[in-house]
Order: sequence, then C-alpha cells, then structure tokens
Amino acid sequence: MLTIKRVPTVVSNYQEDASESFGCGRNCIGHCCLPVSKLPLYKFKKNVKDSSEARVEVSSEGQPPAAFLDNLLLGQWEDRMSRGLFRYDVTLCETRIIPGNYGFIAQLNEGRHMKKRPTEFRVDQVLQPFDENKFNFTKIGQEEVLFRFEQSNDNNAHYFPVSPVTADSNSSSVVAINVSPIEYGHVLLIPHVLDCLPQRIDHDSFLLALHMAKEAADPFFRLGYNSLGAFATINHLHFQAYYLMAPFPVEKAPTERIIRRGKLPNSGVMISKMLNYPVQGFVFEGGNSMQDLSDTVANSCIFLQNNNIPYNVLISDCGGRIFLFPQCFAEKQALGDVSQELLDTLVNPAVWEISGHMVLKRREDYENASEEYVWRLLAEVSLSEERFQEVKGYVLEAAGLQEADMEEIQENERDREEDFNKPPTPRATPTFA
Amino acid sequence: MSGYSKEEVIGKNGRAFQGPGTSRRSIIEIQEAIQEERTIQTILLNYRKDGTPIWMLFHMSPVFSKEDGRVIHFVAVQVPMSRKPRRSGSGPGRDEVCEDGCRSRDIVFGSCRREVCSDSVLELERLLAFESLFDSDNRDDEEPREASDQEKRRAAAAVNNILSLLTHYSELTGKLVCEKRCTLSGIGLLGASLIISLGRIKQSFVLTDPHLPEMPIVYASDAFLKLTGYARHEVLGCQCMFLSGVDTDPSTLSQVKESIRTEQACTVRILNYRKDRSSFWNLLHISPVRNASGKIAYSVWVQMEEGCGYQDAQGLSPEMRQRSAVGAVKVAVRSSSMGAGPSKS
Repeated sequence: MLTIKRVPTVVSNYQEDASESFGCGRNCIGHCCLPVSKLPLYKFKKNVKDSSEARVEVSSEGQPPAAFLDNLLLGQWEDRMSRGLFRYDVTLCETRIIPGNYGFIAQLNEGRHMKKRPTEFRVDQVLQPFDENKFNFTKIGQEEVLFRFEQSNDNNAHYFPVSPVTADSNSSSVVAINVSPIEYGHVLLIPHVLDCLPQRIDHDSFLLALHMAKEAADPFFRLGYNSLGAFATINHLHFQAYYLMAPFPVEKAPTERIIRRGKLPNSGVMISKMLNYPVQGFVFEGGNSMQDLSDTVANSCIFLQNNNIPYNVLISDCGGRIFLFPQCFAEKQALGDVSQELLDTLVNPAVWEISGHMVLKRREDYENASEEYVWRLLAEVSLSEERFQEVKGYVLEAAGLQEADMEEIQENERDREEDFNKPPTPRATPTFA
Repeated sequence: MSGYSKEEVIGKNGRAFQGPGTSRRSIIEIQEAIQEERTIQTILLNYRKDGTPIWMLFHMSPVFSKEDGRVIHFVAVQVPMSRKPRRSGSGPGRDEVCEDGCRSRDIVFGSCRREVCSDSVLELERLLAFESLFDSDNRDDEEPREASDQEKRRAAAAVNNILSLLTHYSELTGKLVCEKRCTLSGIGLLGASLIISLGRIKQSFVLTDPHLPEMPIVYASDAFLKLTGYARHEVLGCQCMFLSGVDTDPSTLSQVKESIRTEQACTVRILNYRKDRSSFWNLLHISPVRNASGKIAYSVWVQMEEGCGYQDAQGLSPEMRQRSAVGAVKVAVRSSSMGAGPSKS
C-alpha cells in the first residue's frame, strides 16, 4: 500500500506534436535527434590552476557566492517537477537523521523501489559491452535533459539558453534528471552520450565529473558512481548527483594517510584510508592539479574494473575529496552469505548508501532504522581484510607510487597490524584501458 | 453556567469560583501549568453563584506573542460534565466560550499579567456568550468523576475555536499570537540553521505559514526588503497579502489563496505596493514547501519585478531564477528539518 501521493507523469518518450518533426520524431537524444536539438548549453571554464581551486571561495560576508550552475540546476529541476516528469514526488518522502555518532540518514521511499528501471544485465561482471537494445540514455526524451555540459575554449564559463549542436560538439555530454530521485535535485551526468560508452570509468569522463563538482561550487552537491556489480543499474556511462544539506557520515569519518610524508607520488595526490567506518575504502585529495587528482583516481578505478572488482566512488567537497570503495556485497549475496534480515530490508548498498544515506522501502525498516543496523549492513560491503590489503597494494600502485614507497608502506603496515601475516603479494603490472 | 453576570466576572480571579469541595490538587496542577506556560486538561469542581457545585472539564492553553514568545493570555474553557457518562443531557451548547475583544485588551492584559505573577488561577477573558441550558436536575454532588471522551473533545475544539478567533482579531492590532512558542524572537518559528541556509539565497522571497488563517510571513530575504522598502521587523508576522493596495485585483488574491489551499504552485501577475506607496507589477510565483516529514511546512513566495531587465549577463531567465529560489528553499527546509529526532512526527 503506497503512502505517497502519485504525481501525474508525462510520458517522456513520445512527442505528439508533429509540427517540428526533426530526427526520429520522438525527440530523444540519440544520433537521430541530439544533433538537431537546441538544448541549453553550459560551458565550464577550461583551465583550473590547481586542485585547491576546488575549494569554495568565501566572500567577505563569510558566505559562498551563489554559483550560476547551482542556480541552473535547481531552477531546471524545479521546472521539471512542476511539469510532472518524475515518477513520484521525492519531497513527500519522510527523511530523518538516525540518532548516533555518525548521523546516518534514513529515508522512506516506497516509490523508487517500485518504479525504478530494472537492472538488465548480469551483476557478476564489472566490464560488459554496451548493448543498444537494452535501455540506455539515448532513449530518454529531451525534456528530461536539463542542459548540455561541455568545456569552453577559454577561461570563462558560458551559458547559452538555446544552443544548436554544432559539428565539433557532436560528442556532447548532458545532465539529465533522474526520474526516480533519491533527493531533491537528483541528476545524471552522461559523458559523451552519443558515444554510447558502457559503465566504466575513463580519464576523460572522470575529469568531466570533477569539473561538474567544482563548477557547482556547493559542498552539499555530491557526485557518485557505481560500477557494474556495485549496483549500477544501467550499462551506459553515467554519474549521479543530488543536493543534501547535511554532512554525509562518510565525510565525517576519520582517515589515516597511507603514504608517508615526503614520499608523495609525483602527482602530489594524498591517499588515506578510512578509519572507524563500516566500509573500508580510500580517500584521494590534493594533487598538483585537478587533472592530476582526476587521473590518479581514474587509474585506480581502471585497475579495479579490469580486475573485476566492483567499486563505488563518491566525489565530495566540490571535487576536493574523492572516496573509492571496492566492494563485494553482490558476490556475498549470491553466495548466501548475507543474513536474511538484512536482505529483507531490500537495501542494495551503492555509493549513496555507503556514504551514509539509506533509502528504505518499508516503513517498519525506516522507523526502526538504527546506527547499529546501518553499520551491520554496510559492514557486509567491505572486502575481507586479506583481500582488501591485496587490493590496496594494487590501488596504490595504480595511483603511481614508486616501488620503494610500496615496500616502506607495507613494512609500516606490518608493524601496525597484528593479523597481517602474509608477505607482500607479487605485484602484477596493471593494464590500463 | 456559573450564574454570574458578565460584570461580576470580569476582573475576578479564579478563586471566586472555587469552594470547599474544590480539589487542592487540581489547583496546584493548574498553577504548575501556568508557571510552565503549557496546556493542561483537568477536572475541577467550581461553584455557581447560588452556591451549588458543578463539575467541569477545565482545559487551559497558553497563547504566545508571535513577536517575542511571551505568554500574553491563558485561554480556559470549561465543559460542564454530566453526572452519568451516557446521559443525553450533556447536550449542545454547554461550553462556555470566552473571547477577547480588542477594546478591552489592555485592561484584560493588565490583569492577566498581575494574576500570573501572583500565581493564582486565572479567569481571563470576558464572558461573551454562554448558554445556560442545563437540566434542572443536573445538580452535582461533590464526588469526583471522570470526563468522557466527548467532553474532552469538546473542550479541545472550543480552545481551537478561540485561538483561531484570537489570531484573527490580533491581526487588527498587528500583534500576532500563536499556540506554540516561537523559537527565536522576531523571526517566528524558524530554527537558526534554516535561517542561515535561507540567507544564502539571493532572490527576493518570503516564507509564509499556510496553517494559520492569515498566512503570516515567517521569513523575508534581504532582496525582498530591498525590493519593497520595508525593514525586517515590519514584515515578519504580517499577513501574506500585505503588499496589496487599492488597485490590486482581488481576484488575483483569491486565486493565490485557492492555490495555497489546494497545495498547488501558481504564478500570478499582481500589482503590489512598496512602503513608500509606489506600485510595481510583481510576477509572483508561489509554491508549497515540505519539510523532512513530507508535510507542507511553508509556502514560498518569490517576487520578480516586471520590466527590470532581469536577464543577467549569462542568460538565466527570470522564470528560471525564480524556480531556482524555490528549489534552494525546498532543499534548505527539507534538510534542516531532518534532525528532529524520532521518526513519528
């Protein structure tokens, strides 16, 4: 029995109006229609000197200046709400902060579970080829697209409310609404939509995502990524993002640098590991430039996906802090290693859940949600200690560490951790896509 | 019900209606409620003018000033209780309703404060009307009894009626009242973190409380004050339509009220007036705003002065900027109310 009010929706994939029949007539964003579309275009500025620019500038009044992209996103999203394009009204969904040390956030959302697009591929392979017969984002209607998102040619940002696609921007990226939103402002960043890339990270796309985080300049606007096998549901490259004006528990958790000072990799990126958090993972910060930070994280992601390790990524702090979580929940679930009680809550721990935002489908789970329950669920996400250590070695190497550093780190780790009694595993050469 | 005349009651304190059988404990309960400035419902034995006792369900609620959260009045409703619970004689019109008229506000207020200070039971309001239809054999003895659910409901309903009327009449003096205490003086019911979040939104907008009949303004942005020429304290607590003037189309106002009532967003073009009485056409967009419980907490009203050349350098249209203010307000209100504690609201 649904307790939320249904918002009447407009069928998005068909346009009855035949007066302007460009493309295939359905006004989608495929090869047929996107090149003749006139969607708004936002061009972010080209050069970002260093990643410290990812910090939000504080004006003299102590408040961050209102960013244009922020206004654009919110305004466009609210517009789509008033046009009834979402499957349900997310502001009707009750939400609360669970009492406890971390402040996990719980939401009661029956509609998302019922109405979300179903997963159409196998969940035990992180890399799978794109299949144009399955649902992908070229099939969505243009009214679901808020704007195109591209890099400008100069050092300024530009916005064009109506912009025909030109030949050289045929590889345009778009920002679209998520019709089954988790929170207000839930959007999808789809890099180079016409290239029909499968869900896998590459350097260019990851940098695009970082640019978006930086341009929005709002620490409460975070981007997330789920690999296949880590609860992505559509095999078409996309990132998600939404607004939540509260700290995510993962952002509050303590971390520990795992590279010794003075031995930073050439990129200047600092890597830490999560401490005292139910899911083990890495935090990437710093870097000599935004590109350095982006490439470092992308390298680690590429390693993981090439080795069939599912993972999730959270981009927070306007692109200044990036969390990487290798995970194995789906595998455990398939092996029957997750308790039925946890499975009954129907929570698939993707990036938002791992970050501390739990979307629950049943009222009793929502009302009884406790920090202890969340901890227990998220603890099932982590790789085993042994496996994590192994993966950690590879991730660090993929991040560009010198061999000498690796040995030093592992000696330090051995001293610190009592149950680490394996010798360092031989390092295979990672292959980069 | 009491047998006294209006003149005999005004100015007296509650002790005048008590007698030998009145429970000391009830009195103490009521006094505590006054001190703690909260609602109480209890059984009380009072005495009529002719000395006969009458059992009443006594329901008292504080009324707070919207401006500064002080208690201005206590409203007390007495529902006579029937001797036998199922008796049909506990019929209509037994409630004694009290209402404050503006004229005597100061006098009543004066006596209120004194009485509160002196720690005794209050009988504040002027008796406006009561119906003395009790059966002749409804004489009570002094045995304690329990109130029925129906009596309790009637008491609560009567208090709500009075509070609505009080709120309505208090509009005339501009000094709004409300049932619950305001958390921050001068700012109404908003918490500090919400106010800070709202302060980041650059557009002209106000938040109103759609649950009160006149939908008072509980927040106004700096841009709104700049647009209209008012100071913040002049605006907070005012009813939502106060920018209207002589040439404002009343049907537009009705349209707005109807949209709010049906929980819909709407956009209207309305003639508004600034403090200096100059007028401007306002492209007004109004939307309901829900808090973390999913229920409507406020209405947001975003103003856009027509013809102001609002297309800013980078091309965001006025409508889009209005919408973005709505979105930002929705995020702020939803997020700031998440930490309220238990899930049941």
